Amino acid sequence: MIKVKDLRKSFEDLEVLKGVDTEFEKGKTNLIIGQSGSGKTVFLKCLLGLFVPDSGIIEYNGRAYQNFSKSEKRDISKQMGMVFQGGALFDSMTVEENVMFPLKMLSNMNLEQMKSRVEEVLNRVNLVNTNKKLPSEISGGMQKRVSIARAIVNKPAFLFCDEPNSGLDPRTASVIDNLIQEITHENDITTVINTHDMNSVFEIGENIIYLENGVTAWQGNKDNIYKTDNQKVNDFVYASNLFQKVRIAQREGL
Amino acid sequence: MLTTYIKSIGQYFIMIYETFRRMTKTSELRRLIVQELNDLIVSSLGIVVFISFFIGAVIAIQTALNFSNPFVPKSLIGFAARQSIILEFAPTFVSIIMAGKVGSYITSSIGTMRVSEQIDALEVMGINSLNYLVFPKIVAMCMFPFVIAISMFVGIIGAYFAGVFGGFLSADEFLAGLQEDFIPFQVFYAFLKSFIFAFILATIPSFHGYYMRGGSLEVGHAATTSFVWTSVIIIFTNYFITQLLLS
Repeated sequence: MIKVKDLRKSFEDLEVLKGVDTEFEKGKTNLIIGQSGSGKTVFLKCLLGLFVPDSGIIEYNGRAYQNFSKSEKRDISKQMGMVFQGGALFDSMTVEENVMFPLKMLSNMNLEQMKSRVEEVLNRVNLVNTNKKLPSEISGGMQKRVSIARAIVNKPAFLFCDEPNSGLDPRTASVIDNLIQEITHENDITTVINTHDMNSVFEIGENIIYLENGVTAWQGNKDNIYKTDNQKVNDFVYASNLFQKVRIAQREGL
Repeated sequence: MLTTYIKSIGQYFIMIYETFRRMTKTSELRRLIVQELNDLIVSSLGIVVFISFFIGAVIAIQTALNFSNPFVPKSLIGFAARQSIILEFAPTFVSIIMAGKVGSYITSSIGTMRVSEQIDALEVMGINSLNYLVFPKIVAMCMFPFVIAISMFVGIIGAYFAGVFGGFLSADEFLAGLQEDFIPFQVFYAFLKSFIFAFILATIPSFHGYYMRGGSLEVGHAATTSFVWTSVIIIFTNYFITQLLLS
C-alpha cells in the first residue's frame, strides 16, 4: 500500500503538485487520471523516487520514504517495477537480455535460474519466439509486453505504469490493460497506472484518482465514476461523444 | 549566463563524484568495459592511423620545402617531424579528432538513452546510472595513450616515407635527425597529457549527453555543443600542462 499526504513539487516558479493526498491499495489497479499538465507524470516520478518532492509524505507499507536510510531507499527501489510510456527497452539488448537485466543486476541467481525465470515471465505476458529479437524488430504491443515482463521479473511489490497503452490499437490496449490487472491480482501487488485512456478507466479502474491542477479533485472506482456529480470529472471522462452516449444510455437503463 | 556556466561546472564535478559511487556489479562492469574498449578505442584506430600517416608525411614535406639554406642539415627534417608529432600532433590534435568521433558518439548514445527514458529505467531499478554509463567509458579511455603511441609511430613512418621516398633526404639522414637531441621526458609529457585528455574525452561528452533535455533534435545539438566544449577544454588544458611541464 502507498499513502501520499500533502505532496508538493515545484520547478522554479511553476508549482506542479499543490498538495496531493491519496492512497493506493494493495492488490488493486490504481489509476491516476487527469488532463495534460495536471501533474500526473510528476506525481508518478515522485512515487518512483526520480523526483524529490518539496514537501509532503509518501509512505510505502506504512513507512515514510523520507525517513528511510540510503540502503532502505535502494531496497525499496528494488521492490519497484516500472512500465515506461515508450517501453524504455535497451536498444542494444535482445528481448531476453532486456528482461534478464534486472535479475543480472539485482539478484544472486545463476544463469540457468535467470533463464528459467525470464522464460516464465515471457510466457506470462504471452511472448513466444521473440527471445533473440531486438526491440526494434518487434511491434509496439510486443515492446509493451517486454516492458511489463522486465518490470515484474524481480517480483516487485509495487508496479508503476506510465500510459501503458498509449500508441496501441484498442484491442491490444485492452489486452495490455487486462494483463496488468491479472498480474496485479495474481501477485497481490500495488499497481499504479497513469493513463488518459477512458477504456482503461472503465475496464480496470479499481481505484481511480482524478488530478486537477496538482491536487486530488476526486477519488473513486469504475463503478461510481458513472454516478459522480463532480462536474470536473464528468467534463474529463465524458469529453468524447461516445462516452456521453454510453452515460445517457446507462442512466436511462438501456 | 555566468551563473549557468558556474552551475554547469558544479554539476560536472558532482557527476564525476557520483560516477565513482555505488559501483555496478563487477561481472556486468567487466562486460561493459570490454564493449566500450571496442567502441571507443579499437574502432578509432583506423582513422587515427590514416590521419597520422598522412599528417606525418605532410610535416616532412613542408619542413623539407621550407629549408632552402644548404647549410641547414637535412637531418633536421627527421628532427622536426619527431618533435611536431610527439609533442603536439599525436597527443593534442588526435585528441581533438577523437572529440569529434568518440565525443559525439558518447553524447548521442547517452542522450538518446535520456530521451527514451532508458536512464530513468536504470534509476528506477536502483542502479547508479552514472556509474553504469560513464565509469566504463573512463576505464576504457585509460587505453587512449596506446592510441597516441600508435599515432606517434605511424606519423613518424609517414614522415619517413614522404621524406626518403620523396627524395628530400636519405634514410640515414632521417634516422640521424630522429635521434638528435632526444629528451625522453618529452615522451612522458606527451603521454601524461594524452592521459588527461582521455579523461576529458570520456567525461565532458558524457556530461552533455546525461544532462540533456528535450527530443532527438536536442541530441544533435548536445553532440555539437559537446564537441565544441571538449575541444576548448583540451586546448586550454594543453596550454596549461605545457606551461607547467616544459616552460
